[in-house]
Amino acid sequence: MGLTAIAFYALAAVAVGAALAVISARNPVHSVLFLILTFFSTAGLFVLLGAEFLAMLLVVVYVGAVAVLFLFVVMMLDVNFAELKQGFLSYMPLGALIGLALLAELVLVTSATHGQGHSALAPPVEGTNALAIGRVLYTDYLVLFQLSGLVLFVAMIGAVVLTLRKRTGVKRQSVSRQVGRTRKQAVELKDVKSGQGLS
Amino acid sequence: MSRIVQAARGALLLDFVGAFALGMKYFFRRKATVNYPFEKNALSPRFRGEHALRRYANGEERCIACKLCEAICPAQAITIEAEPRVDGSRRTTRYDIDMVKCIYCGFCQEACPVDAIVEGPNFEFSTETREELYYDKERLLSNGDRWEREIAKNLELDAPYR
Amino acid sequence: MADLIAQYGPVWGFWLGVGQILAIMVMLLLTLAFILLFDRKVWAAVQMRKGPNVVGPFGLFQSFADFIKFVVKEIVIPAGANKTVFILAPLLTFTLAFAAWAVVPIAPGWVISDINVGILYLFAISSLGVYGIIMGGWASNSKYPFLGSLRSAAQMVSYEVSIGFVIITVLLLVGSLNLTTIVDNQKAGVWAWHAFAWPTVFIMFPMFVIFFISALAETNRPPFDLPEAESELVAGYQVEYSSTPYLLFMIGEYLNIVLMCAMISILFLGGWHLPWGPVEQPFLGFLVLYAKIWLVFFMFAMVKAIVPRYRYDQLMRLGWKIFLPTTLVAVAVLAGYVAYNGRPVIGG
Repeated sequence: MGLTAIAFYALAAVAVGAALAVISARNPVHSVLFLILTFFSTAGLFVLLGAEFLAMLLVVVYVGAVAVLFLFVVMMLDVNFAELKQGFLSYMPLGALIGLALLAELVLVTSATHGQGHSALAPPVEGTNALAIGRVLYTDYLVLFQLSGLVLFVAMIGAVVLTLRKRTGVKRQSVSRQVGRTRKQAVELKDVKSGQGLS
Repeated sequence: MSRIVQAARGALLLDFVGAFALGMKYFFRRKATVNYPFEKNALSPRFRGEHALRRYANGEERCIACKLCEAICPAQAITIEAEPRVDGSRRTTRYDIDMVKCIYCGFCQEACPVDAIVEGPNFEFSTETREELYYDKERLLSNGDRWEREIAKNLELDAPYR
Repeated sequence: MADLIAQYGPVWGFWLGVGQILAIMVMLLLTLAFILLFDRKVWAAVQMRKGPNVVGPFGLFQSFADFIKFVVKEIVIPAGANKTVFILAPLLTFTLAFAAWAVVPIAPGWVISDINVGILYLFAISSLGVYGIIMGGWASNSKYPFLGSLRSAAQMVSYEVSIGFVIITVLLLVGSLNLTTIVDNQKAGVWAWHAFAWPTVFIMFPMFVIFFISALAETNRPPFDLPEAESELVAGYQVEYSSTPYLLFMIGEYLNIVLMCAMISILFLGGWHLPWGPVEQPFLGFLVLYAKIWLVFFMFAMVKAIVPRYRYDQLMRLGWKIFLPTTLVAVAVLAGYVAYNGRPVIGG
């Protein structure tokens, strides 16, 4: 058993254990933290596969940005655990069904490809794998790649439109106007005569 | 137009550059720091520090137990008990100042008709326990003995303004 | 480490690898001790003070005295705190701050792990830094830390975006994610450094400045130290921390600052190359990079001394409305330039 194998089993065990902890942890914040651990160990598995670019993307995008927002929401909402646990049993059969379906699909996929000379590893590519991914994305899948970008763009605009509302009678600050204010506009020096006051 | 100028100033970080130049100017200025335990600032003759009870040159204590200081003390930090002494003069048997309560306003020395209670130039009398700051008559008198020269000088310097 | 093992056998190679890591750690901690003092001294000098000057000659040992004091103090854990997460948060910050240095080439050939995606690794690790803060703030179970950690999380996520785009502009010029390659692309001297190289200077110098400012925000340095704004939040996410956990937070924070200084030196200021030509000897290269790191840190310290703290909406406006569009346009323009003119061959 080489160093790679040890690393693989360690990372895989952590990933699976953390994934189990995600659904079994009582505290939702702990759940999200375990989810982050899962992402992280999965990134480690990607590195072992030689896909370090993907691994880094996983960390940057999912751990660095998406999970932070998860954590944000979960912390801010202050979820009531007891209330959440109440409906648990009634949803159990549906959840189990979905889980079984996923498991069956996984088994089907792996059994179909296993032992037929297919490797879990992609065929080795020339150059770095950032180069390889870029080449594939911008040649074979150019249209799909751009389309997915467009979909995200539409989603972003949708979110902006949904939350943007014009309210009247609200005092707003204009930072550029605040910054642009000069001493002349802000301060006026007046010579106050004693006993007369400011007229 | 002014908005464009302002945007250009912001983009070129002119304000920052100016601030940086100013910062560097001060960077090399002589430092204002007083290296405290080794160097000390000059104190005004009116400085109100640790209290002391003074004596006359013949060793007789000045305090006549009039209790004006006790009455005027806004923090009620002074406690005085008095009795006639064997020779018939009115003297204190107890003169306590709670230095924790004291706000160092100087009213006591203003009120004192015989310049007995004064606030000396000493400000380094921190202690490790609270109890040590409950000064009694003995402590105050010994303060007076220790700081008499400085106190007398300060009183003399300040006398024209009183 | 794998190449060491291949070269010296499993036992010696392993220990050599560990030795390298330890050497870098010790060097970093020593650097940190003096850079902390330097920070305070610069700050003091601008305010016409002397700064710490009692412990050792010119106060040189102040940081070590502080260290001893932190270590021997009692660790206080608030009763309502989530103990595990509370302790885990500073440890996470500390570990991540060190982990980032694994890929930083500190001299020609001196790097623990010269991976192909070095710059992405650095970006990923620095984006993880937010967890230490957010966990610490939440686990304290107290209002100020929580508000501080929320602020800091929003701030760090916002400025990561512009940092990412600035890094992309550098990558467009170099064509590699490897940090050593990035440094060697600038070996011809000061006119090959990415911040000053002709004709991309019109784009890259502003990018350099934006990276510097974003680095300030990313490391919660003044003027963007809103997570620990004393006047509003006492000390932000660090309110409930004391003793060693606080020390770990401090070390992590300052280590991130030094890392940002190193990144600025590597990405824009030619890394270990001298302004008038390339450097090949590792030791000289190390000294040059070290000097550059201190120089950039001097700028960090000066900014702390002269720029007043931003208001939160100004901070967000700067990140999203100014830096993000600017960097996006810069990436587009530079990409167009590279696509039509070819990658500018600098460093010859």
